[in-house]
This record gives sequence, C-alpha cells and structure tokens, in this order.
Amino acid sequence: MSTVVESHDHGHHGPAKGLSRWLFTTNHKDIGTLYLWFSFIMLFIGGAMAMVIRAELFQPGLQIVQPEFFNQMTTNHGLIMVFGVIMPAFVGLANWMLPMQIGAPDMALPRLNNLSFWLLPMAFGILISTLFMPEGGPNFGWTFYAPLSTTYAPSTVNFFIFSVHIMGVSSILGSINIITTIFNMRAPGMTLMKMPLFVWSWLITAYLLIAVMPVLAGVVTMMLMDINFGTSFFNAAGGGDPVLFQHVFWFFGHPEVYIMILPAFGIVSHIIETFSRKPIFGYSSMVYAMASIAILSFVVWAHHMFTVGMPLAGELFFMYSTMLIAIPTGVKVFNWVATMFRGSITFETPMLFSIAFVALFTIGGFSGLMLAIVPADFQYHDTYFVVAHFHYVLVPGALFGIIAAAYYWLPKWTGNMYDETLGKLHFWLTFISVNVTFFPMHFVGLAGMPRRYPDYALQFADFNALISVGAFMFGLTQLLFLFIVIKTIRSGKQAKPEVWEGAGDLGLEWTLTSPPPYHSFTVQPQVK
Amino acid sequence: MAYIRKVFTGFILVLPLIFSSLISSESSDYNMPIGVTEVSESIFGLHMLIFWICVVIGVIVFSIMFWSLWKYRKSKGAVAADFDDNFWLEIGWTVAATLVLVWMAVPSTQVMVEAYDDAEGEINILITGHQWKWHYEYLEDEVGFFSNLSTSQEQIDGEVPKGEFYLREVDEPLVIPTNTRVRFLITGNDVIHSWWVPDFAVKQDAIPGFINTAWTNVPEPGIFRGACTELCGIKHAFMPVVVRAVEREEFDAFIAEKVALAEEERMLTSKVWTKDELMARGESFYATNCAACHQANGQGIPPVFPSLVGSQITMFDSNKHIEILMEGVQGSAMAAFGESYSEVDIASVITYTRQAWSNGEKGDGVIVTPQDIVAYKNRIDL
Ligand code: HEC
Ligand code: HEM
Ligand SMILES: [Cu+2]
Ligand SMILES: [Cu+2]
Repeated sequence: MSTVVESHDHGHHGPAKGLSRWLFTTNHKDIGTLYLWFSFIMLFIGGAMAMVIRAELFQPGLQIVQPEFFNQMTTNHGLIMVFGVIMPAFVGLANWMLPMQIGAPDMALPRLNNLSFWLLPMAFGILISTLFMPEGGPNFGWTFYAPLSTTYAPSTVNFFIFSVHIMGVSSILGSINIITTIFNMRAPGMTLMKMPLFVWSWLITAYLLIAVMPVLAGVVTMMLMDINFGTSFFNAAGGGDPVLFQHVFWFFGHPEVYIMILPAFGIVSHIIETFSRKPIFGYSSMVYAMASIAILSFVVWAHHMFTVGMPLAGELFFMYSTMLIAIPTGVKVFNWVATMFRGSITFETPMLFSIAFVALFTIGGFSGLMLAIVPADFQYHDTYFVVAHFHYVLVPGALFGIIAAAYYWLPKWTGNMYDETLGKLHFWLTFISVNVTFFPMHFVGLAGMPRRYPDYALQFADFNALISVGAFMFGLTQLLFLFIVIKTIRSGKQAKPEVWEGAGDLGLEWTLTSPPPYHSFTVQPQVK
Repeated sequence: MAYIRKVFTGFILVLPLIFSSLISSESSDYNMPIGVTEVSESIFGLHMLIFWICVVIGVIVFSIMFWSLWKYRKSKGAVAADFDDNFWLEIGWTVAATLVLVWMAVPSTQVMVEAYDDAEGEINILITGHQWKWHYEYLEDEVGFFSNLSTSQEQIDGEVPKGEFYLREVDEPLVIPTNTRVRFLITGNDVIHSWWVPDFAVKQDAIPGFINTAWTNVPEPGIFRGACTELCGIKHAFMPVVVRAVEREEFDAFIAEKVALAEEERMLTSKVWTKDELMARGESFYATNCAACHQANGQGIPPVFPSLVGSQITMFDSNKHIEILMEGVQGSAMAAFGESYSEVDIASVITYTRQAWSNGEKGDGVIVTPQDIVAYKNRIDL
C-alpha cells in the first residue's frame, strides 16, 4: 500500500473558511456535499420545467406555452434530470461514502475531484443560458436525433454540444478517480468480494461511464462537424445516414440508463439489510448480476430503434438480448425479497423508500419487458407507455434510491437525526403522488397518446388532468424534503456512530463518529 | 383504527380488480386497441399474454415481499435469522426466470415473423413525411396529394369549442381498398417522422434517404386515425394520420377522379392566369403550407423563421424568390416546395407573397406565372 497515511498532529484539522473552502476544496466530503447540493438545485430547475409541461398538458388545447417553448422544456427537463440530477447525485454519494466504506482517508485524486465537480456548473450554466437566447435552447428531445438536431436545429445547438462535452469530461474524470480509489485505497483485508455492494455498484458504473462517455462525445462531435464544417455524417442529402446517429447515440444511451440505476441497486441493498437486521441474501449473486447487466447493456441498444426498419434478424436479436437483461434484474429483486424474509424488520424512512423502490422499480422492469417484445413495441414505441416505463425506473427507481440514501446517511454526515415523522410524511406523499402521476401514463400510452406532444386529442383529457394533479403534488412534496434536509443540518437529536441499530457490523462507515472526522480514516482499519 | 385498517385492506384488495377491469375492457381509452387487421389482433393477443404473465409474477413476488414485511416486523418481536445464501435457490430462480422468458419469446417470434413481410403489395403507396404534413402517392397510378391537419387554429387556441375529432382530422385522408394487400413505402423529406395507425398496428419511421416498408390488409371499410410519433419539430402534434378504407369499387372511382384532377392540373399550367386568380389560389396555398413558419401575417418568428414582409427577396428579386421556392434553402428548415407541388401552386404562392402585406406597393410587384416556373425548370434541366 503506497498511500501515505499522515498522522494529523500538525494542527490544521478543519476546512478552510468561507467561499474558498468550496472553490478550492480537495476534501471528499466537501466535494460530495457540493455534488449533492448541485443535484438538488438541478432537481428543482428540471422539476420546474416538468411543471410547465404538466401545466400545458392539464387540458387539451394550447393555453400556457407555445409548442416551440414546450419542446425546449421537454428537452431540457430530460437533459437536466439525466445529466444534472441523477448522475451528479450518485457521484456525490460516491464521494461521501466510498472512502468511508473502504476505510480510506479521502479519494485517490483529490484535485481531479475538485475539477470534475466544478466543470458541472459550467456545463449546465451554458446549457441553461441557451434558453434565454433569441433562438431558444435545444428543442429536439434529450435524445437529439439528427437531422432535427443538426440541419434543422437552432444555432444554440453549438452551446448544447459544448456543454455535453464538458459534462462528459467531468464524468470521465470522476470515474477515473473512483476506479483508482477503489483499487488502491481499500483497507487491508478488504478483498474484492468483501467490498460493500455500493462500492461494487460504483466500480461497475465507473467502467460503464468510461466506456460510453467517449461515444457520446463522438456523436456530438459528428453533429458539430455536420453543422459547421459541411460534413454529412447524418445528412442523407450528402450521402450520410440519419439512422447511424441513433445507433451511436443508443450505444451510449442504453448503458447510460444502467449508469443511472446500478448505484441505486447498491444503496438499496445496504438499506434493506440494515432494517431487516439480516445480511444481504446472495451477496455474490448480487455482484454477478450487476456485472452481467453491465455487460449485456452493450448489446441491447437497438431496442430503442425497433421502428427504424431493421432486418428481421436484427429485430429478433435485440429482442432476445433485451429479454436476457431481465434475468439478472429479476435475480436482484428476488435477493432483496429473500433478505427481508425472516428478518426483523423496522420501517424507518430510508427503508420505506427502499421497499417502494423494490416494488415500483419492478413495475418499471415489467413494462421494460413488454417493450422488449418487438411486435408489441410497434404499438408502444414513442407513446406515453414508454414515458411511464422510464419514469418508473428513474423516479421510484433511481431517485428513490438517492432519497433513501440521503435519509440513511444524513445522520452520519451531519451528526443529527432527521425528523422521522416528517420523513414518513414525505415518503407517503411522494409515494402516492408518484403513482398518481406515472401509473395513468400507461393507460394513455396504450390508448394511443404519443410522447413529446404539447396538445392531444379529447379522449386523453381525463387521464392527463389526473397526471398533472399528481405531478404538482409530487413537485410540492419535494419542497418538504428540502425543508427536512435543512432542518437536519441545523439541528436534531445527536446521532450515535452506528446510527441504526446493529449497523455497526455492516460497514466501516458506521465505526466512524457522526459526523465523521474531516479526513475519514487516518489509520486504516483491518477488515476480517 | 381497526376500522381504518379494514377499509385500507379492502381498498388494496379491490385495486387490482379495478385496474384489470379497466385494462381488459374493449374500450380503447385504457388499453391498446385490438385493431382491425389480423396482425393487429395477434399483437393485441401477445400484449395481453405478456401483460398477464407479468401480473402473475408480480403478484407472487409482491405477496411474498409484503407478507414477509408483515410477518417479520420487529414490532411483533420477530428475531432475524442469519442465513445469507442458498446456492440452489439462486440457480432455481435463475432457471425459472429463463423458462418464463422462453415462454414469452416463442409467441413473440411468431407474431414478429407474421408482421414482418416486405413483399410487394397489390397497391403500393409512397408515404412521405414533411414538416408538418403527410404526402401520399399511389405508385401504380402516379397520383398523389398532401394530407394536412384540418382542425382550426381557433379550436387549438380555445377560442371556439373543440370538435369531436380534435387534432385527429385531416383535409384529405389516405384512401385504401379493403381486402387488398396494401404496401406502404415510407420516407421522410426533411427530418424523421413516424407514421402510425394503431388499428393496423403499423408504425414505421419516415427517415430522409431511406425507404421503409410496412403493409396491411383491412377487412372492413372504416375510418382509422393515427399520429406522427417521432419528434419532428414545432408541429409534431399537429400532423395526424387519417386512413379511409373503402370497398374496391369506391377505391377505383377515387383513383379515377384523382387521375382526372391531375390531368386538369396539367392543363392549368398552360392556361393564362390573371393576377386575381393567382392571388386567390396563392392565399389559400400560403395558409396551408407556409403560415406554420412564416405566420399568417407574413411576419414569421424571427430569427428562426424570417419575415416575408418587406424582405429584399419578396419585394425586388423574383428570380431568387423562385429559386428559393424550387430548391429550398440548404441547411435550413425552408424546404424545396417545387419538388412536391405543381407549377400553378408555386407561381400563385410567389405572386401572393409579392403582393400581400403591402409588399406589392413597396416592391416591384412582379407577377410570377406558371409559365415562368416551367421556364425555370427547363433552364435547370439543361
Ligand atoms: C418549415 C418552416 C418553413 C415553411 C413551411 C416555409 N418556410 Fe420559407 N423559410 C423558412 C426558413 C427557416 C427560411 C430562412 C432560410 C435561410 O435563409 O436560412 C425561409 C425563407 C424563405 C424565404 C426567403 C426570405 C428572405 O427574405 O430571406 C421565402 C421567400 C420563403 N421562405 C417563402 C416561403 C413560402 C412561400 C412558403 C410556403 C410555400 C414557405 N416559405 C414555407 C422556413 C419555412
Ligand atoms: C428489465 C429491464 C429493462 C428492460 C427490458 C428495458 C427495456 C426498454 C425498452 C425496450 C425501451 C425502448 C422502448 C421504446 O422506445 O419503444 C426502453 C426505454 C427506456 N428505458 Fe428501459 N428497460 C429496462 C430497464 C430500464 C432501466 C433500469 C432504466 C433506467 C434507470 C431504463 C430507462 C429507460 C429510458 C430512459 C428509456 C427511454 C429512452 C427514450 O426514448 O427517451 N430502462 N427500455
Ligand atoms: Cu435501453
Ligand atoms: Cu412528428
């Protein structure tokens, strides 16, 4: 082990004061905090856009915004939620928790860490600023299919491309740091197959990121060339191929959706074992399941393109490979249930969110399986059924994982317990509104309402009104979450080191004080 | 408390019933339409099969989960067991999941093979997606037309009540014969669109530079409504698909009428047009084809769509004006209208835009006739 573990007897234990603490910090906890707050702010910005969308769709007809602005809202909502909320939140959690879970003092590459974070506000500053430019921001959907995003795009698309490049650099640097940390800084005795599942999930995610972010960078660069330098990668009139865009995009895009769920798998596994007071069932099968999901995720991309006109053999191949992914996903669900079986279960807020995660993510998995069935997908594709599917895996999936993690580790981070009554209230309001919002989307989708529509036929009106009511309720409820987080930071019952009953045996993070010292483990613990 | 619990349990138990009755009802307000063709019926059957398999798995998994949560709650004194692995159980459920998937894959493959068939049709129709309307061309008879949304802007803006077929009606539906194998060749003119008729279970992307195929065979006459399902810009929600299936005789009459109309149109090109005739025709052409971008008042939405009022081109440069309409503007949303519309249409809309909104008084007021367009075409062909 080459890492030098300093013994901190020279006096400057705490962080710097004021703004420079945050601008120049190389501390994993400070950077983690920055990531988490950034993601939280973006959640409200992206959420506000969703509110605009739902307000317009409350009734048939155009009443609040015009289609050109509506398209900018759907596009930026998607981009912000994917790249600005879910991904940064997971990186923030990785920053906070990886060193604490593997018994290290900090991340391996602290300056790189600072850079990866500060790139993000720049990227999103650029992206959001386009909304205030005369031609408006990106309006071609978060999947930005060419040629709508090239030949037919507003010229602000160049800012969008630049901003995607910066996000990509940030993700790649972050992943390098995470992989380096995990491989080099584990406490003695912590073999790979003894690593906590959250660490495993991030190790796999980081590899996925390194593999696919360059592909995303490649595709936006080709767009840049088409738009400004007269190439014709995606321009049919010049001999190019618009379908090529989709292949390259989804080669990035499908692994990307697993980037957004694997860390949540890790988190939920920890929470379920903690509150079932029973070790996770099938640890090694959990690890293998994540690894196989990650590998399979590279060979299913064209299931997003069943209607572009692939040959029969291609359609069947991508149907079968996609169905295969359901196996490891199912195994994970079975293992979570088996962990609860014969446990001694309590229902604190993180556990409630995790139980809801298992139930509702599974519903998203079922609709995913239905979407994989090519002939049926001819009817589902690009309707609200798909919108329902990915919101079930992303909101009660990824986002619930993040919220559960926040409740689970907040007492550790701040040293204060959160208010359990408010936490439960937050859970129930969220749980109800999430279902009121997204469940009826299955129905309108099946009945034939296409996605990315600012206006719709009359037979969809009732469900859309209901969906909008659910969405407003969901949006308001998250203000309660903000309140709870701030309240916990400022006050609350003093948290013990192990925080949760019996958690002391479950992971190294629970052996540290709450809040933990500025440099997590200055002496490496020994793992048995 | 006991009472509340009872009501709550009752509610939870009834919920699946409500949903399943919603979902299996024939009403297409909640579920996929069964549709009218053999393929659409097979797909519906497949959809329901997969759905019920998922429901059964879900009920099993969720029952075990919620039962465990209930039975092993600590508040009732449950003590945790300490097992954490079982090799055969892991193998068992992996194999079980695989078998269920195979069970799903077999019928899916069958239906896919049934739906996927790109042999020639008795009738072949070229469908071209444009921003934001569909063009239909009957390849055997070489006649074609555009199909535009016919819902009025006032209905969309809520100034008048919305009609029954709000956003699902067009000025001219596609007409196909019943009991005939009809093949669609689908392509895009500008960006990617997607042509979808749920009742036929046909959805194919309309991609520039590609020709995709799909087919149907409709047993009964009827009107079938669909939509564009690939984001294609501002009016993506406003380019519906309407197909009218009619008996063979009626279809033949329809085609004969279209052929005659096309012939008449060719005659019109050589006719001598007055300014007023051109203006009248141009005004209505402008309203359906240009106003989406350049707006009814000609002011456009700068900087995205330029204003035609007082522009150098519309006031002083009739040659450039013709060229823009015929060739479009490379790398912009301004399409080459000359490829898809007649000389009369192009001439009249040019004349209209050169006269309207005081362009006529302030500019040179040149009148462009169909013969000018023919002359332009001949020059280009040389
Ligand atoms: C899809 C949107 C769209 C539609 C529909 C459309 N245009 Fe355009 N038009 C544009 C755009 C964008 C430009 C600017 C092209 C450029 O110079 O980059 C343009 C430019 C023009 C110009 C040149 C204006 C100038 O001063 O530079 C004329 C003339 C014109 N259009 C006429 C028409 C007519 C007539 C129609 C109907 C037949 C029509 N357009 C339909 C988008 C559209
Ligand atoms: C059992 C596992 C899953 C299967 C079988 C599956 C299958 C599919 C299929 C076939 C589609 C394309 C549908 C269409 O456009 O017609 C799709 C879309 C999508 N899925 Fe999944 N999926 C699964 C899990 C997930 C997970 C875990 C996530 C993310 C956390 C996810 C996120 C998405 C997103 C974002 C889209 C829509 C992309 C877009 O068009 O904008 N899926 N899924
Ligand atoms: Cu996918
Ligand atoms: Cu469209």
